[in-house]
Amino acid sequence: MKVRREGERASVIDIDGELTGATEAALMEAYQEASGPQTRAIVLNFTPLEYMNSTGIGLLVTLLVRAQRQNQRMLAYGLSEHYRQILSLTRLDEAIGIVGSEAEALATVAA
Amino acid sequence: MTTSDTPRRTDTDAWAQPTDRLAVSYAPAGALAGTVRGKRLSGPLQGFGQMWQKTFRVRLEGADPALTPQQVVATWKQEFPAFWPKGNTFYAPLAGIRPGEVALLSVSAAGPVKLHTGVMVVFADEEAFTLMTPEGHMLSAWITFSAFRDADGTVVAQAQALERASDPIFEMGLVFGGHRVNNRFWQGTLRNLAARFGVETEPVTEIACVDRRRQWRYVPNLRHNSGFRSMVHSVTAPARWLRRRP
Repeated sequence: MKVRREGERASVIDIDGELTGATEAALMEAYQEASGPQTRAIVLNFTPLEYMNSTGIGLLVTLLVRAQRQNQRMLAYGLSEHYRQILSLTRLDEAIGIVGSEAEALATVAA
Repeated sequence: MTTSDTPRRTDTDAWAQPTDRLAVSYAPAGALAGTVRGKRLSGPLQGFGQMWQKTFRVRLEGADPALTPQQVVATWKQEFPAFWPKGNTFYAPLAGIRPGEVALLSVSAAGPVKLHTGVMVVFADEEAFTLMTPEGHMLSAWITFSAFRDADGTVVAQAQALERASDPIFEMGLVFGGHRVNNRFWQGTLRNLAARFGVETEPVTEIACVDRRRQWRYVPNLRHNSGFRSMVHSVTAPARWLRRRP
């Protein structure tokens, strides 16, 4: 997982490869790195995601709870139609803001 | 992570299609489809109570050395109802545990009253399968059943729930003894699964509170509470029995 700080208010996490129980430590470390005292939003980039199982979805919930505790919003972009459907099925799309691009996510944070 | 040497895994067929409202195609005698039909799925984000992650695990030490995690998951799917503790019924869908299938269930609640509700299979592949609860279920939850090899090669079977009470009444029930009953249920299930592979063992349990907050905006979930309908169903059972008599 790669983390990019986009100013003080937002960070982007590139979710690379697989999102499963095996990647829990990597995702939580990425969140730790992405989250600073001024961070208002965590943006998840799903473009490089290749495989996600139900444990991976559980990790997103855990991440969301941690972000909410810090009063941070969670946004996502780069979702294929398949992953959009999974977020809809599991009703994660009600808590994670889905946008079309990184620029749109960062504009949402800046607004 | 995938490398150029390993074939890419795909999850395309493992996930159910999104559904707005649940349909029940199979309702055997004893089941109550009305608490599930037309309901929406409700995961841990849509519930009321504190969020818990509960993990129950058995090491299948002493089982057939040729046993694989995939075989354990296949057996678990195929014989799922048989592993449930006595007094609880899982009405397996006719097509089996497959993505998109809806199953009804009856679980022991207070005294002779059974709680009638259901689950949907949202994910199923060779290594794991996940059930998600509908509105009205005691829990807003995902429960994932999986098997894997431990560091020493032993096959481990695991049930992991990410759950919170769906409404304030069920939250009270969980606080005053419901959690203990719920934990015993999954411990019993894993004990029965281990016994299926000739292993007598006690499950290891790990419980962590993921979110201490209660989500007050989900108090209106009370209107779906399957407990009310289940109670009416239990109380009116003698009347139905009398009506059916010739």
